[in-house]
Amino acid sequence: MNTIDISGDVMTDADNTRVNEPLKTSSTATVARDVRETVGDVTVSNPRMRCKSVNVYYNEKQAIKNVSLDIGRHEVVAMIGPSGCGKSTFLRCLNRMNDTIVGCRVSGEILMDGDDINGNGIDVVPLRAQVGMVFQKPNPFPKSIYENIAFGPRIHGLAKDKTELDEVVETSLKRAGLWEEVKDRLLQPGTGLSGGQQQRLCIARTIAVNPEVILMDEPCSALDPIATAIIEELIDELRQDYSIAIVTHSMQQAARVSQRTAYFHLGDLIEVGETKQVFTNPIHQLTEDYITGRFG
Amino acid sequence: MNNMSSQTEIDEAEIRSRRTIEIVNQGLKRRRAAEKRFRFYGKLAISMGMLFLVVLFASIVSKGYTAFLQTYVKLDVYIDEQKIDPQGTRESETLSRANYGALVKSTLRGMFPDVKSRRDKKDLYALVSNGADFEIRKRVMENPALIGQTLSLWVPADDDVDMLLKGHINREGAESERRLKDNQLRWIDQMWEQGRMEKRFNTTFFTAGDSRDPELAGIWGAVSGSFLTLIVTLLLSFPIGVAAAVYLEEFAPKNHLTDIIEVNINNLAAVPSIVFGLLGLAMFINLFGLPRSAPLVGGLVLSLMTLPTIIIASRAALKSVPPSIREAALGVGASPQQAMMYHVLPLAMPGILTGTIIGMAQALGETAPLLMIGMVAFIVDIPGNVFDPSTVLPVQIFLWADSPERAFVERTSAAIMVLLTFLIAMNAIAVVLRKRFERRW
Amino acid sequence: MQAPTIIIALLILSSVSYYLGRKRAFAVAQGHIRKLHSLPLYYGLYTAIWAGVPALLLLAFWFMFEDTMITHLVVADLPAHIADQGADRLNLVINDIKNMVNGNIVSSQINPAMQAAADHYKQLQSTSHILVAIIALCLAVGSGSLMLTKIKAKQRARNAVESFLTVVLILCSSIAILTTIGILLSVLFESIRFFRAVPITEFIFGLEWSPQTAIRADQVGSSGAFGAVPLFAGTLLISFIAMLVAVPIGLMSAIFLSEYAGPKVRATAKPLLEILAGIPTVVYGFFAALSVAPFIRDTGGLLGLDVASESALAAGLVMGIMIIPFVSSLSDDVINAVPQSLRDGAYGLGATQSETIRRVIFPAALPGIVGGILLAVSRAIGETMIVVMAAGLAANLTANPLEAVTTVTVQIVTLLTGDQEFDSPKTLAAFALGLMLFTVTLVLNVIALHVVRKYREQYE
Ligand SMILES: Nc1ncnc2c1ncn2[C@@H]1O[C@H](COP(=O)(O)OP(=O)(O)O)[C@@H](O)[C@H]1O
Ligand SMILES: [Mg+2]
Repeated sequence: MNTIDISGDVMTDADNTRVNEPLKTSSTATVARDVRETVGDVTVSNPRMRCKSVNVYYNEKQAIKNVSLDIGRHEVVAMIGPSGCGKSTFLRCLNRMNDTIVGCRVSGEILMDGDDINGNGIDVVPLRAQVGMVFQKPNPFPKSIYENIAFGPRIHGLAKDKTELDEVVETSLKRAGLWEEVKDRLLQPGTGLSGGQQQRLCIARTIAVNPEVILMDEPCSALDPIATAIIEELIDELRQDYSIAIVTHSMQQAARVSQRTAYFHLGDLIEVGETKQVFTNPIHQLTEDYITGRFG
Repeated sequence: MNNMSSQTEIDEAEIRSRRTIEIVNQGLKRRRAAEKRFRFYGKLAISMGMLFLVVLFASIVSKGYTAFLQTYVKLDVYIDEQKIDPQGTRESETLSRANYGALVKSTLRGMFPDVKSRRDKKDLYALVSNGADFEIRKRVMENPALIGQTLSLWVPADDDVDMLLKGHINREGAESERRLKDNQLRWIDQMWEQGRMEKRFNTTFFTAGDSRDPELAGIWGAVSGSFLTLIVTLLLSFPIGVAAAVYLEEFAPKNHLTDIIEVNINNLAAVPSIVFGLLGLAMFINLFGLPRSAPLVGGLVLSLMTLPTIIIASRAALKSVPPSIREAALGVGASPQQAMMYHVLPLAMPGILTGTIIGMAQALGETAPLLMIGMVAFIVDIPGNVFDPSTVLPVQIFLWADSPERAFVERTSAAIMVLLTFLIAMNAIAVVLRKRFERRW
Repeated sequence: MQAPTIIIALLILSSVSYYLGRKRAFAVAQGHIRKLHSLPLYYGLYTAIWAGVPALLLLAFWFMFEDTMITHLVVADLPAHIADQGADRLNLVINDIKNMVNGNIVSSQINPAMQAAADHYKQLQSTSHILVAIIALCLAVGSGSLMLTKIKAKQRARNAVESFLTVVLILCSSIAILTTIGILLSVLFESIRFFRAVPITEFIFGLEWSPQTAIRADQVGSSGAFGAVPLFAGTLLISFIAMLVAVPIGLMSAIFLSEYAGPKVRATAKPLLEILAGIPTVVYGFFAALSVAPFIRDTGGLLGLDVASESALAAGLVMGIMIIPFVSSLSDDVINAVPQSLRDGAYGLGATQSETIRRVIFPAALPGIVGGILLAVSRAIGETMIVVMAAGLAANLTANPLEAVTTVTVQIVTLLTGDQEFDSPKTLAAFALGLMLFTVTLVLNVIALHVVRKYREQYE
């Protein structure tokens, strides 16, 4: 990630072709035999992140089997599938959160700006600043609202002085649509907010370090319907600036917020496609069974 | 990214992000260094802990291992009838009162005929322990036929001789600063060369009670005292502790009183042990008139101290038995107490026993409260029951540690090694018990 | 008749009653056990309880007060010239009489009057024993057989037995409270007596401590200075040094073990560290006095410092080592209670591990850690053997860790070990110190346990 070019328009052709090379979904020989081929086009043009043949193991157990998937710009990719199928595991690969789990191994390529994020010399610190994450249960730090937002900018040294930090906190809260609700009590503990507000606080916290990609792992599963609606709206707005990958167990939510949908089943990526197509006209039998509610 | 130019709108977020990453990367080296430093502190702390442990054990073992050997002197004692039983009665009364020291002295004089002056003789006699007299008496009393014969036996050497041979006395130093004089060194060397002196396994240390003479002092009295004390502790604290745990965990209504009891128990676990000693002194000894220095009182005090440990452990064990077991028992018509006695308690027993053993190990190592109730007295006899005055192993260690003789240092360390062996064994049993019966519901 | 004999007799009687009760139940049921309200076993237990418990209770009460009563009677009969010597002398005499009764060594020479008193005592004692034996056995037989005759099919024997058991369980649970009360009373009574002789203000604020050592055994009331400030200062100094050692090492060890170490390192290092906690304090005391203190003195000597051979530093250092596992295991628990989601949140923002620990986990765990440290402080203040063996005896008001200081616990032990007359201010002072010690540690413990409990609840 050290080679990032801010202007972004002077990269070599060699790089260009390598990244845009069509993916072979049935690539390597090391892949286990019971792997299912993915139906639909896993690639997009000009992706923000590109995963190729990702396998994840928890000790001996394989949780993700040869999954390839692109995360495009300005889009929300929804990942659905029965619980335990590996959605969270896959999502956590994208900012190497699996590093923190003992016994978890990831193989395959996950490219960001042409660099493999698992490659040598790649530090997780800037990667995670670039690929932020919002978790299932809102997890504000036991600090004030202000300190929650300021946490990222502080550790990364993003703000030169207090005014700048104030500004970052304000803009982040505004983008997360929380400013109006909390501007008078920035110094009160973040844990005192309601569930939905807490989750928006966590989104604001993520935004405060200017990520490119935001990963969300069932961000609404602990919230009531009204809070959920607010977050969904927020996600739709955030799409303007960020790529978003969201895991959800609610198909309605996937349908409402996402442009593309990926259906996982027992560690396999079964089908990927435009959200509309996946929900109205699934190709794979398993996808159809799932969205028609035959299992879940 | 490379395709940026093909996009119509300027992706502001992306530009912001790139700038952020640049700043992040700039600070990265510093942060990684800080990370390393922090990690190093952690490792350092752990290593210090380990180091202390190693130093502690090394210092004790290195000081103490020599105590398991003791220097003995071989004497060929002529059991002179004239000296011990001139009337030839062979009555045990006479035999037990006879002056065996004289036999030892004459034997020593015989070994070194050129020792003439009174002072030199005294120095010579000092090489052999008083224990020699007792040893000869014991042999003669066992077998009066020995009288008139020459008995060849190994008797303990004096502690100074022992210390010299173990390298704790500097031969080179000025004579006046040494505990052994030059001529004594000469005699010792002579005996050593003749094979009349030898280091042998120190059985006395394991079989004798306390003594003022290091070479005659042993831990058996203290071990017996510890054993008796622990028995009392166990007999009191185990049933009471389990009963309290059962009540608090299973039957007690959740009200203020049980809250107070709970706080009380947790607090008692943190009350300084010496305060329990004050309780023992004021209540058991001064008020109830129980005997001082007795294992009974020691056990009473220690059981009050171990109760919290046992109660807390037992409650945890009871809590870990799933409610389904109780429900099943109640379902077939058992009363709550029957369900408890026949179904829950047996399942919780391994956990309870583990807690009990750990509590007993704590009690075994406890010293301070026992000082308060007079178990510090100098007691030679081996206690036979819980009313006999006695001491316990840790207190014996305390007493010996206070003694000026160099030879008591190694005995103190050796006694510590014995104590630690007991403790390690008890904890190992607790661990095994826990591992063995660990159940995941 | 001795107490154990009576107890054994009662137990035998009680077991006999059990069989009789059971048999009676069978008889009452006339072969139809289902007619009985409870299993025959319960009728047996019911009878046995009635036969044994009242008699045993009586016995316990009797023996609790026997000594006081007999002493009273003996004293009343003492010749006037002995009895009128004043309370302190009288106590010594009584002690001697009791020692004569028990065949122990007596401090003063035996005179005929005392011999007579001792004989009187012995005689009263044996009368009392015979009396209690007869009463207890009659009571047991009486109540046991009364219950036997009352056994009926409808009788709720099980409920009765279970109620009895419940009462026993409650009694066992209340021992914790009784112990606390007992401690409080023990130290309070003697302390009040002490404060009658020495004003409490002098004790708490006085700067000089020299409890005069009695030269003759019968020398009573010759009191020295009882200003405990040097003891408090010494205790605090040593505890402070101990915490300086234990808190950083314990805390960092806990952090390393719970956040950095792999499962294997954790599985070996944690129990090893806990061995330190299982080592008896007398062993630490020995280590402090014979290894650490000389080492520090010699090192100080090399550096040209004048270090006392019983320096506060040596005792504090070793006490710190002893407390390391205490701090580390409490902190470890507390740190592990911090939910993983907070760590994830910080990592997800790109925080390094140490940043996560320092800025998220540590602040979140702080209340619990503080609670743990308070417990450790209370431990340090109450620790006895290390300071008895490695700290000084002379009260010395100083903040210099290289000098020798004494502590509250050291003084308690010094004042109470060895021969003692129970009423001199010297021994009473020990109880006053005990009261201080108990109060301070109690307050610390209650606060600490409360803080830790609140902290746990927060993340449950
Ligand atoms: N930390 C872990 N250790 C071992 N196995 C895990 C771990 N986390 C998840 N798994 C396993 O990996 C599979 C996928 O889990 P996950 O990604 O959490 O599923 P999802 O989010 O789709 O419900 C599951 O079978 C789960 O049991
Ligand atoms: Mg999941």
